Amino acid sequence: MRYILAWISAVLMTGSAFAQELVGQPTPGALGFQPAATRIMERVNEFHNYLLVIITVITLFVLALLIWVSVRYNRRANPVARKFSHNTTIEIIWTAVPVIILVAIAGPSFSNLFYQENEPDLEMIAQSGDLDDPNIYVDAAKEGWITVKAEGMGNWAWTYYYMDEVDAEGYPIQYVSNGIHFGLPTDPPATPEKPRYLATDYPMVVPVNRYIRYQTTSDRVIHSWTVPAFGVKTDAVPGRLNEGWFLVEETGVYYGQCSELCGKNHAFMPIEVRVVPQNQYDRWIEVMKTGDIDAATQLVQVIDSDGEVSRLASVE
Amino acid sequence: MPMDQVAAHDHHDHDHKPGFFVRWFFSTNHKDIGTLYLVFALIAGIVGYSLSGLIRWELAEPGIGPLTGIVEMLYGTTGPQAIEQAKSFYNVVITYHGLIMIFFMVMPALIGGFGNWFVPLMIGAPDMAFPRMNNISFWLTVAAFVLACTSMVVPGGNGVNGFGGGWVLYPPLSSTAGHAGPSMDLLILSLHTAGIASILGAINFIVTILNMRAPGMTLHKMPLFAWSLLVTAILLLLALPVLAGALTMLLTDRNFGSQFFDPSGGGDPIMFQHLFWFFGHPEVYIMILPAFGLISHIVSTFSKKPIFGYLGMAYAMVAIGAIGFIVWAHHMYTVGMPSDMKAYFVAATMVIAVPTGIKIFSWIATMWGGSIDFSVPMVWAIGFIFLFTLGGVTGVVLANAGIDHAMHDTYYVVAHFHYVLSLGAVFGLFAGWYYWFEKMFGIKYNKVVGYAHFWIMFVASNLIFFPQHFLGLNGMPRRYVDYPEAFSLWNSVSSMGYALSMVATLLFFYGLFEAMIRRRKGEANPWGEGATTLEWTLPSPPPFHQFNELPVVKNEGGH
Repeated sequence: MRYILAWISAVLMTGSAFAQELVGQPTPGALGFQPAATRIMERVNEFHNYLLVIITVITLFVLALLIWVSVRYNRRANPVARKFSHNTTIEIIWTAVPVIILVAIAGPSFSNLFYQENEPDLEMIAQSGDLDDPNIYVDAAKEGWITVKAEGMGNWAWTYYYMDEVDAEGYPIQYVSNGIHFGLPTDPPATPEKPRYLATDYPMVVPVNRYIRYQTTSDRVIHSWTVPAFGVKTDAVPGRLNEGWFLVEETGVYYGQCSELCGKNHAFMPIEVRVVPQNQYDRWIEVMKTGDIDAATQLVQVIDSDGEVSRLASVE
Repeated sequence: MPMDQVAAHDHHDHDHKPGFFVRWFFSTNHKDIGTLYLVFALIAGIVGYSLSGLIRWELAEPGIGPLTGIVEMLYGTTGPQAIEQAKSFYNVVITYHGLIMIFFMVMPALIGGFGNWFVPLMIGAPDMAFPRMNNISFWLTVAAFVLACTSMVVPGGNGVNGFGGGWVLYPPLSSTAGHAGPSMDLLILSLHTAGIASILGAINFIVTILNMRAPGMTLHKMPLFAWSLLVTAILLLLALPVLAGALTMLLTDRNFGSQFFDPSGGGDPIMFQHLFWFFGHPEVYIMILPAFGLISHIVSTFSKKPIFGYLGMAYAMVAIGAIGFIVWAHHMYTVGMPSDMKAYFVAATMVIAVPTGIKIFSWIATMWGGSIDFSVPMVWAIGFIFLFTLGGVTGVVLANAGIDHAMHDTYYVVAHFHYVLSLGAVFGLFAGWYYWFEKMFGIKYNKVVGYAHFWIMFVASNLIFFPQHFLGLNGMPRRYVDYPEAFSLWNSVSSMGYALSMVATLLFFYGLFEAMIRRRKGEANPWGEGATTLEWTLPSPPPFHQFNELPVVKNEGGH
C-alpha cells in the first residue's frame, strides 16, 4: 500500500512524471516504452505510436457504435425491431476497410522487420557515404563489426565472449556476468547505480556508435537476451547460435532482464550493458586481456563523456 | 427410427430417470453430461482462479513474500531456503494456472458443458451421436484433471513439487535437464488423457452435427452456436494429435533415451515449439469460437432481430479456424527464424483480423435497428464485444514481428491474451451461463445479482489487465516472481483489481446458490420473441429425452 501512495503522490507532485523518464531502465509508473537508445528502437517506437493511433481509433469507434445502438435502439427508444439481416454494401465496406488498414500497417511493419533482421552490409554503407540517412552510420561502418556472444548459463547468469579480442594465450576474452540481487536478505542494497534486479557484477561493455553484432546461445535451457532500450530480443537456445545487431547512439548504462522462462532464478539474471566511448572501451579491453576483470570493470564504473551530442539526446 | 418404435419409446421412457448413481456416473444423456462438465469446470475454475490469486498476491508489492509463507507451511523450510523454493513454487503456480484454466475450465465449460447441452437441442437431435463415447470423454477429462493435480504434488525439480516450466512445456526446461522429477511425466499423461477426451468429444460433435440435424435444417440454416462447435471440433481433431505427438516425443526423451529435442543428440528444442504452437494457436480459437457462437444468439435474441449476415458469420468462423492453422510461429518471433519466414507469419496473422472484424461489426449490425433488451446475458455479451475488440487490436500490434521483438515475453502479451481469453472467452462463458441457466436448470436466477456480477467483474478485470499493457511496454518480462521497484505501481493496481474480482466471484456463487435455494420456477422461453432457436420450444428444464418426434425446420424459417 505504501508503494501505491508513494507513486500516486509522486505522479501528482511532478505533474508529468514521464518528463523524467529514466534511460536504459524502467521508470516508475511509466505508460510506454523505455526511451530509445538505438535507431532500431526509435523505429519501433515510431511504428508503435502509429499503430497506437490506429488501434485506439478502432476501439473507440467500436465503443461509439455500441453506445449508439444502446441509446438509439434500446427497447424504449425503438419498441419495434426492424427485421433486416443483410446489406451487401456495408458488408463489403467492413471487409475492405480493414484490409486497407492492414496493408497500411504491413508497409512500415515489413520495413521495420527487415531493418532489424537483415544484418547491415557495412562495406556498402561505408561506400555510400550518405550521412543524411538516419538508418545507416557511415563512420561506424568504416570501423567494422564488434562481435559479442552472450551465452545463457544453467545457473542463471550470462557469459560474454568477445570473439575478436584475444589475450596473450590466444583465448578470446570471456567472463561470467551475474546478477547481484536474488530477492534474498543477503542482497546488497539497491542504489541508483546498482538498481535492484537489474545490476550485474561484471557488465557487458561496448563502445558507443559502433555496429555491434551480438550472438546468443545457451548451455542448458532456453533464455532470452534483451535490452528494451535497444529494441532487441533474441532467444538463447542450446545447440543454436542466433544473431542480431544494434548500434547505440548514446553512452550510458542499459539494462534488460532474461525474457524466456528458464527456471528458479529466471527473474534474477539481468543484462547490464555499459556503452562507453571508444577509447574507454579500448582501455577496458586492454585490461581485460591481462585477466584483471575487477580492474577492468572499475574502469567503466564512470562513463567518460565523449564530447559528442547525440541525435537522440532530445528523447531524455 | 420407425414411427411405432418412437411411440413405444415415448410411453416407456418419458422422463424415466435412472437412479442417482447410474444417472450421474454412467450417464449417456447429453444434458446430464453437459451439467457434469459445467460442475467440473466450476471446480477446476475455482482451483485455477485461486492459483491466479496467489500470483497477484505475490506480485502486489515488490519482494518475495506471500509465497515464502506458503512454502514454509508446505515444506517446513525457513529463511533463504524458503525464498529459493518460493521462486520455483511461483513458476509452478503460473504453469498450473494456465493449464487448468485452458484444459479444465474454459474447454470443458464451453465445449463439454454448453456444447453438449445445446448442440443437440439446437439442431433438433434427441441426443449426441455416440452417447457412451460422450460419457468416456467426460470421465477421461476428470481423470486428466486428477493426473494434473497429482503432478502438482509430486516432486518436479528445483526443490519443489510440481512442474514449473510454463503451460507451453518448452524443452529443455521440461526435459530431464530442467525438471527431473516425475511431475512432468504425470503432466504429459494428463494432457494425453485430456487430449484423447477432447478428440473423442470432437468426433462426437462432428458426427452429431453432420448427421443428426432435424429434417429441413441444412448446414446453412444451422444455428451459429452449432456452427461454432463444428469448427471447434474440427480444429480439435486436427490440432490435438500434433500435441499428442510432441508430448510423446517429450515423454520418450525423458524416459527412453531418445533425443528429439536435445541438441547434444542432434535434436532441436525449437522443433518442439513448432509442434506445440501448431496445436497451441488453433487451441486459442478452440477456446474462443464457442463463445463467438453463443454471443451471436444472445445478441440476436435480445435485439429481437435475426443475426445480421448469417452466412458471413458462419464462414468467418470457418476462415478463422482455417487461417488459425497457418499462423503458429507468430508465438516464436524471437527464436531465431529467418526474416522472410517472420514476414510470412506477420502477413498471415494479420489476415485473421478481417474475419474477426466481420464478426464484431455483424454483431453491432444485428443490434442496429433492433429493440434491445438489456437483460443480464445481453450486458455480458456487449461487454464481451468491447473487450474482445480491445484484445483483438493489441493482437494486431503483436502480429508485427518488428514490434514483437520489443514486446515478446513481456506483460503486454499477458494483457493481450487475457483480454481475449479471460475477458473474451470467460465473459462469453458467463453470458452463456446467464442466457441458458433457466433453460438448463428450470429455475430463475436473481437478475440484480447478475447485473452486479457483471459490473464488478467488468471493472475488476479491466483493472487487472489494462495496466499490464503499461508494464509490458516499459519492459517487465512475464513469469517473474519479483520485479524492480519501478514496476510496482501498475502491479499493485492489477492486484487490487484481482481483489475486486473476488467480490464478483462471490456474487456469482451467491447468485447460483440463491437460485438453487429459492427455486423460482423457470419458463420455457423467458426471453420472448427474439429467442428463435429450438431449445426455447422445449420446457425448462427440457425433458430427459427430447425430440422423440423430430421437429421439422420449414424452408422459409431460420435466417
